[in-house]
Order: sequence, then C-alpha cells, then structure tokens
Amino acid sequence: MNRRWLLYTIAGAALIALPFVYRDPYHLHILILILIWSFAYTSWSMMGRFGLVSLGHGGFMGIGAYVTALMWNHLDVSPWIGIPVALVCAGALALVVAYPCFRFRITGHYFVLVTLALSGIVLQVITATRDWTGGSLGYTPERTKGNHLLALQFDDKTVWYLIALGVWAAGLVIWRLVDRSMARYALEAISEDEDAAAAAGVNVTFEKLRITVISALMTALAGALYCQYQMFISPDTVSGIAVSLQMVFAVVVGGIYVALGPTVGAIITIALAEGLRIGFGTKAVGWDNLVYGVLLVLFIIFLPKGILGSLLERIRLRRRGVARPQSQAAPLGRAP
Amino acid sequence: MESFLEIFDIYLLEAMINGILLGGVLALLALGLNLIFGVIDVTWICYAELVMIGMYGMYYLVQYYGLSYYLAAPLAILLVAGLGALLHYLVIAPLLSGAPINQLLATGGVLFVLQSFATVAFGIDFRNLGIRLPVLAFGEMHFSYSRLLAFGAAAAGMIVVYFFMKRTYIGTAIRAIAQDRQIMALMGVDTGRIYLITSALGGALAGLAACLLVLQYDVHPFVGLSFGPITFLICVLGGLGNFVGGFVAAFLFAEIISLGGLFSDLEWGYVLAFAFFILMMFIRPAGLLARRQ
Repeated sequence: MNRRWLLYTIAGAALIALPFVYRDPYHLHILILILIWSFAYTSWSMMGRFGLVSLGHGGFMGIGAYVTALMWNHLDVSPWIGIPVALVCAGALALVVAYPCFRFRITGHYFVLVTLALSGIVLQVITATRDWTGGSLGYTPERTKGNHLLALQFDDKTVWYLIALGVWAAGLVIWRLVDRSMARYALEAISEDEDAAAAAGVNVTFEKLRITVISALMTALAGALYCQYQMFISPDTVSGIAVSLQMVFAVVVGGIYVALGPTVGAIITIALAEGLRIGFGTKAVGWDNLVYGVLLVLFIIFLPKGILGSLLERIRLRRRGVARPQSQAAPLGRAP
Repeated sequence: MESFLEIFDIYLLEAMINGILLGGVLALLALGLNLIFGVIDVTWICYAELVMIGMYGMYYLVQYYGLSYYLAAPLAILLVAGLGALLHYLVIAPLLSGAPINQLLATGGVLFVLQSFATVAFGIDFRNLGIRLPVLAFGEMHFSYSRLLAFGAAAAGMIVVYFFMKRTYIGTAIRAIAQDRQIMALMGVDTGRIYLITSALGGALAGLAACLLVLQYDVHPFVGLSFGPITFLICVLGGLGNFVGGFVAAFLFAEIISLGGLFSDLEWGYVLAFAFFILMMFIRPAGLLARRQ
C-alpha cells in the first residue's frame, strides 16, 4: 500500500510541477481542456457505472455555465457566489426531474429518454431566452476591469492549469469515496434488482437520488469552469444532446468502471479532435464526430469495458497467473 | 373590444387546427419509434437522424436528379427503410443478447455517425426543396397546404400500418413477438427476420415523415435535434411501445406547442410542453393510458 501512495505523490508532484517547467501555451491549453472535461466525464461515470445512464448531463453543464455567466454580466455577482448558485440550480433541476423518475420506478429506456429530453429542453430554453443569453450565437462573460481573483478570470494559463488539476483530483477523490462507501454496494444491488435491494433494506429512491445530485453538481461545476476558462459558451458546446452523448462516448471508450477511465476517454477524444483539426484544418469539420460515432459503436459491441478497463483486467489476470479468457459479454450498464 | 376578441378567437382556432396538423406528423414519428420499441425492445436514439437522411434524399432526388416530388417520395421511403434494416443488421443484432442500455448507446453512436456524415457529405448549409405549395384561406384562417398534405399522408400511413399489423401474416407475427419474444421462436417464427422487417418498417415510417417534413422545414445536418427530443417525450408520455398512447400524446404535445407559440415564441411552446411533461410524470409515470398499479 505504501508503494502505491508513493506513486500517487510522485505523479501528483509531477503534474503540479509541469506548468512551471513546460510553458508552451498551446499544449497547456489542451491539458486544461482535458482536465476540465475529464472532471465532467468522471461526474457522468459516477451515475453511469451503476446503470443510471443519463443523457441529461449536457443540461446540467449548460446550467452551470450559463447561470454563472448570466449572474456575472447582468447582476454583477462574482462567480465565487455565482458558481454555488449555479450548482444549487442544477441540483434543484436534478431533484425535480429525478425524483419522479426514481419514485415511480422509471428505469432503463424510460430514464434515458426522460434525461435526453431534459438536455434538449435546457438547450431550447437557452435558445428561447436569446435576449439575455445570446441564443445560439453564444455568450461571453464580460472581461473584468477590476480584481481578477474576484472575477475568477486569469490570463495566465498556469493558474488555470492548477485550478483544473485541483478540481480534477477532487473529482477522483469523490469517485474513490463513493467507490469505498456502502452506497456503492447499495447502488450495485439496485442496478441488479431493485425489488431485491429494497427488500434487503436499501432505500432505493434515496440512494439513486443522492448519486444523481452529486453527479449533477459536479457536472455543473465543470460547466462553470469551462465557461470561466474559455470565456465563451454557446448552447452547442456546453449543452444539449451532443454534449451528453460526448460524455457517454468518452467514458465508454476510456472505461466506465475504473477511476481513470473517463480521463483516458478525455485524452483520447480531445487528442483525436485536435489531431484532426491540425492535420486537416477546416476540411476536418464533422470528421471527428464521424470517427467518434464509429468508435462508440465498435467499442460497445467489442470492448464494453473500455480501453483502460480492459487493460487493467488483463494485467490483473496475468498477475494472478490465471489464463482465463477475457469475459466478452460484460454488460456496460446492467439490465434494468 | 368586440372586434379584438373576434380576431383573437380566429387566431386561437387557427393555432389549434395547426396544432392538430402538426400532431399528425409527430404521431407518425412516434408510431415508428413505438413500433421498434414494442417489437425489438430497442430505442433508436438516432431516429430523428434517419429522418434527416431521408430529407437529404428527397432534396437530392428532387433538386439534383430532377424527379417530381411524388416520384421521389417512394424512393426516399425505400432508402430510409433500407437504412433502418441496415442499422438493425449491423448494430442492433450483434447486441441483442447484451444489456438493453448498450443497444441504446450504440444507436447514440449511430446518431453521431449520421450527423457528421451529413456534415461531411452535404455541408452545413440549409437547403430546401424549392417547392412552394399554396396557402389555403379558409374564412379568415390560413393553413399551409404542405401541413394539410403532411397530416393527410401521415394519417394514411398510420392506417396502412394498422391494417398491415391486423390483416397480414407478418403483421400478426410482429404483434405476437411484441407480446412474447421467447415463445414465438418456439412457434416457428423466424424472429431475426421479423426484427429485420420491423426495422425496415420503422425506417419506412421515418422516411415518410422525412418526405412530409422536407416540405415545411429546411434540411441541415442538425435538423434532427429540432424534433428528435420532442418525439422521445411523446413516446415516453404515451408509454413506450403503446401505440394509442403515443397517438394521443402526439396531439396533446402539438397543441401545447402550437398554442404556446401563439402567445410567445415557438421555443417557449417547447418549454411549456416540457413543463407539462414533468407534471405528467408525477401524475401518470408509466404513460398517459397506463393503469396504475
């Protein structure tokens, strides 16, 4: 166990030291994006790994981004207050939508479709209130004239890198806490069989609601961070079905049951998108999503545990020295 | 004041009738999705994108190859039906024994593929057929002919599907499979073939919807997003796989959107519809027509 902690410390120190040693702004930018999106994907996987497949996380992310930006521009409220308010909004929305779903046992396809509608509707609301939000043209938080810290706007990429790194690490810690908690066993029991779990004394509605709210809050935070970093948000980049599906894709590719799976997914998706953009320029418009889509289908059919998940499993099996064949039919989300 | 009220009522009536006309097309979309769900137990997240491909098919057949609208429509329907069968054969069939969520997510991947394929192949320009249908004036109300045609064709399509399901051997087999998947295989029905036919039929309904929608809307790669979510809402509200429920829900939603659009923007109509949906989830979680346990 001690060796593992040593490994964590060294990796952490290396990650913190990185921006002071290596200062290329473009690569730092990519790293910051990877960290922010990894955090968002991690928050999706908190629910997804228990079979609670949500396509509504684009909605939570949009709320996080837009509420923060709107409060800054229209009410002059600092993001330090705006972000908590945005989180409360996202949490409230998650409660309003998820409570009837869980209370009345809306699972599986129904749940996916309800959440899908949720992200579609957040997109519609942002577009409909175009007098305030700029509609589909996007929205820019005003540049601060005063205190940078108060406005949570920094020109230095190093600062952003450290913020994103901290949030990302916090996301992993939360993942780990859930992984080690009783709630994990309760949720796994629920995903296998709700009736049996309820009969065994698990408060099904409460457990599902709790993980949903945690996941929604984290996603909203990711949206707010993205907004503060990019200083430009549009309904298509932080909200809607495309963003939700992108989360699913990255997590499935990386590995849904392992802590670093979403991060691996984020690295792969962003590297792919940037590589295509640099390699082909404007001709590449659309190609990255084409590749994503084909990969998503192939992964679900042939490698449902994702890249990192399958790799770790193979290593574990080899260590044990058992030449067991890799189980192919591992369900990604268990049958409802 | 008197005359103001009169005008207002005319607008209200017009909006309501337009709502019914919109409901026809929405009901058609919901029917296709419900058919697939009821029989194969799979939700095609990419259903609206199939419609989008069909709309592009219509655009190219009419604009590029110069076919007449009525000649192009059957070809577009065939195209999307083929796509539906292909989708089942390539993506759904290998996953049939897996967890249902995997099938759904895989069709999410197909959504990406179709959208970006359209972006790459056709570009992101808005295109339209260039067919201008006349506007019917009825009293002081105005209805676009394309909407009437859409309603009529959607109704006809649904009636054809109804008789197909009730009167033919294959239709009976499809309904039987929807009731019990395991037993029908023992009764000598080739389930794989029935699934394929159902997928093609679902695709054909998407194709028909495409032919009708292309008259009213410009086509672009992301057009599916403008009516996809509402179709899913309708199916869930009506109860997934419940044909009659989907039908009722389609008209309810269309009325809400249309009337909401009368008082404010069209987007607010959608937002209202969503609020209504959440409310109904509390009241009738298993669908409009479901009996409560």
